[in-house]
Order: sequence, then C-alpha cells, then structure tokens
Amino acid sequence: MEGLKRGGAAIVGVAESDLGQVADGLSVFDLMAQGTRRALDDCGLSLKDVDGLFSATTQSRLSVLGLAEYLGINPPFLGSTIVGGSSFEYHVAHAMGAIALGLCNVAVIAYGSTQRSVGRKQASVREVNPYETPFKPFLPSSAYALAASRHMHEFGTTREQLAGVAVAAREWALLNPAAWEKKPLTIDGVLSSRMVSYPFTVRDCCLVTDGGGAVVVTSAERARSLKKPPAYVLGCGQSVTHANISSMPDLTVTGALPAGKAAYAMAKLCPADVDAVELYDAFTINTILFLEDLGFCKKGEGGAFVSDGRIAPKGSLAVNTNGGGLSYCHPGMYGLFLLIEAVRQLRGECGARQVKDCEVALAHGNGGVLSSQATVILGTEATLSV
Amino acid sequence: MPSHQDAPLKTYLGHLARGELAYQFSPEAGRAVFYPRVLCPFTGSDRLEWRISKGAGTVYATTVVYPAEGAPFNVALIDCDEGFRLMSRVEDIAPEQVRIGQRVRFRVHQPGGEEPPCPVFVPVEAQ
Repeated sequence: MEGLKRGGAAIVGVAESDLGQVADGLSVFDLMAQGTRRALDDCGLSLKDVDGLFSATTQSRLSVLGLAEYLGINPPFLGSTIVGGSSFEYHVAHAMGAIALGLCNVAVIAYGSTQRSVGRKQASVREVNPYETPFKPFLPSSAYALAASRHMHEFGTTREQLAGVAVAAREWALLNPAAWEKKPLTIDGVLSSRMVSYPFTVRDCCLVTDGGGAVVVTSAERARSLKKPPAYVLGCGQSVTHANISSMPDLTVTGALPAGKAAYAMAKLCPADVDAVELYDAFTINTILFLEDLGFCKKGEGGAFVSDGRIAPKGSLAVNTNGGGLSYCHPGMYGLFLLIEAVRQLRGECGARQVKDCEVALAHGNGGVLSSQATVILGTEATLSV
Repeated sequence: MPSHQDAPLKTYLGHLARGELAYQFSPEAGRAVFYPRVLCPFTGSDRLEWRISKGAGTVYATTVVYPAEGAPFNVALIDCDEGFRLMSRVEDIAPEQVRIGQRVRFRVHQPGGEEPPCPVFVPVEAQ
C-alpha cells in the first residue's frame, strides 16, 4: 500500500476470546473485551496504553463506541471500517497509517460474534436487494456457489477438488486443540453431505460458531521492547470489486489479485517467499480462487493444485494451518483469526501444526460475497532487511 | 445533477409490469448499465438512457438452492445480449438441468399479492 513503510509497524499481541459455543448470554462486547485483555497480556501492555481502537461486528451498529465504553477508555483514534470478514486486514493497514502519522501508538483491533448462540438470522440481518432478493439466493452460500459453477465451467474444476480443500482444512484442524471440528473428514464425506447450494454441500461451507478476539498493533520501535517477537507488517493491499454477486465483473477472478500485488510490492516479496498462507476459506472455492489470485498457482489450476494433499499438513504449501473457517472456527467475519494464526506461526507457537522455519506469513481476508479483499504480509525480524 | 421525480427502481418495475425488461445505457461509456441507478458507474455521468432489452441472454453462472423446506430451485446469473448481467432463474426445466452457456429468453414473473414482478428466463428451445 503506497504511503506505508515496510516494517513500520508490527502485530505484537494476539488472542482469541472464547470460541465455538460460548456461555449463554455473553455479548459481543464480552468477547471483544476478553480478546482485548488476553491480547494485551500477550504483549505485556495494558488498557492505559491503548490510544487506538478498532472493531467490527455485525451485531452492533456503533461497535467501537460500545467497546470503548465497555473497556472504560477514551482512545483518540477510532476505526470501524466494516467491509465483511476482511475488515480486520483493512484495520491493520489503517492502524499502521495512523501510527506512522502519530495519531496513535498502540492500536487494538477487536472482533466478537455470538451468531451460533443467537442464530445467524439475528446475528446478521440480510438487507433486501430488489434485484437479487426476489430470486431467493441462499446468501452468502449461493453467491460463492455461482462463482464455483463458473470456475468448474471454465477450468474443469471438480467437486472432488473442492472437497479436497475441506479435507485439508480438517487435517490441519485435528492438529489445533482450539478447533471446533474434532473428527476426520474424507472426500466422500464432503460429497455425500447435505446439499446446500450446488456444488456445495454443508462441508464445502464454513462453520457457524461464536467467537472473537483481538490483535495489538504498535510501531516497530515500540514492538522491540515488548514480551514476544514482533510480527512486522511488511505489506498490505486492498481491493473492492463489487458488493453484490450479480455485479462481480468476472466470477473467476477476485480482488485478491490486485490486493496481493500491492502487498507483495510493498513487502518486496513474491509468493515463493511465503512460508504460511492463511486464506479466508468461507467456502471451498475461496481457497482455490485465492491461491490462484495470490500467485501460488496459475489461474485455472487451483483445483489440481489443492489435490493430493498439497495444502494438507504434510503437503508442499502450508495453507490455513489453524483449520480455517471450514474446520477451526467461523463466527461470521473470520478475518481476525487469519492474523492471529499468521502471528503465532511466525513466533513458532503452533505446536503440532507449526510450520518449520516460518519467517513470512500471509493473511488474506475476504468480505461480503468475494467483494472486499485485503492482504497482509507479516514477517519476523530476519525479514526486515531485504 | 437534476433531481429525480421517479426512482430508477420505480421506472424499472413500471417497465416490468408492462412486460418489458428495461436497462440503462450510458452514451458516454458506450455500454449498458444494470442495475438501474442515477449515476453511470463507468464515467460518473448522470446521463443515462432507458432502453428495453430484446430479452435474449446466456446463462453465465448457475446454482441450485436446497432450502430446508420445499423443492430445490435455480438461481442464475444471466448475461443479456445488450451487455448487462442480472440475477434471475431459469424456469420450465429442472433446476439442475440449467447449463452455463445455455441460451435463454426473458419473461415476466408475477408473484401476485404485494410482491413486484421480476424477470425470469426460460430456455430458448422450450419456447
């Protein structure tokens, strides 16, 4: 992103709130606050250090106000950009800019959702679109299914290849104690599950869980004095191509292409430099589209690329190492968890799922119906000099 | 920019009620605009002309929705020959028989009651 300095800021604290099915009656602010406290503990900072506050949730219209009130702080810099699940990748870039300008020094980015507890309809009220709603698309699933249909038509991508994405995610999830799903999954298991919106069965679709968390961003200078090794922000990029699926210019090419290009350019890195790839897998087609658009394989070859366990734990590319939105957790706007996992991989905190010698991690957020795309490339101290 | 007596949506629905699929054309962009709006998304111009589609199109993408209750149904994106795309469904064939690349023709669906009419499509060979 032009105007931001490579490595100028770092993510220094990360934490999930309670995940899965949280205690009855917990609010999104309870989860945001829990995540905030844990993320601050993770880096050794406290609430009084926080002078920048960012949040996004579908369950509060003025969420950053609610969070500031709840935390009892009055941070001069606020951000509530809400563009769906990629909001938090946008927040990282915005926090980085605000820190560079001296508008704040310690920014907390928080998220909370209780969609499993209160029900998806209540957690995320669907807007009426007079040009789409009459046809009753099951959103967001049907929008992504339309994209999958087009990818299958143009490139011969198969349902088995889509299922391969879900199986790889499940294998990673089985290595993550925090993951929602605890049982193995097979290609046949995906294909024979309940059909939702062709070509997707319920196993091609993300989970519906509660959850939240927070990350702490500060300047590179301050980051070095904190508890844990900083995850420096090496590159950021964003792109919006549409809001509604009927206005997406080409259903086989997403805004991840320009977003990724911008992030790689700022980071002075290329796909081959990335050790851990965290992609917003709301549906199995997402992983294929983003692997293509972010340059890990050629356009149209994503289906073959994800086959044969290539993105599974013992494969050649570590993708969605926490188990992803498909098998780890998906409270509705999953983008924050991509950042949390990327940072933990760079720190070497991931136990059985740890990627060996992880120096560069990419977090790619997706929002709406393939609508908003945002890439954040993070690196260890060793990656700062190029 | 002039103020509008009629919302673009209202004009569009008025045409549909008369059995017409209306879209806008941007002379400055030299291309069709859909959904109807007050500003051309390609040029920013507020000069948009209403035109009536011939109603011929091609299936661009298709899915079958499996509701919790009731029969599965089709949802498709249709590329109309005039160069605009819209969400719709293909009727008169089984939802899973709808194919990308299939030629389709517009007809008006009148849901009745308070619901406004909407544009649906049928396979060309079925007419």
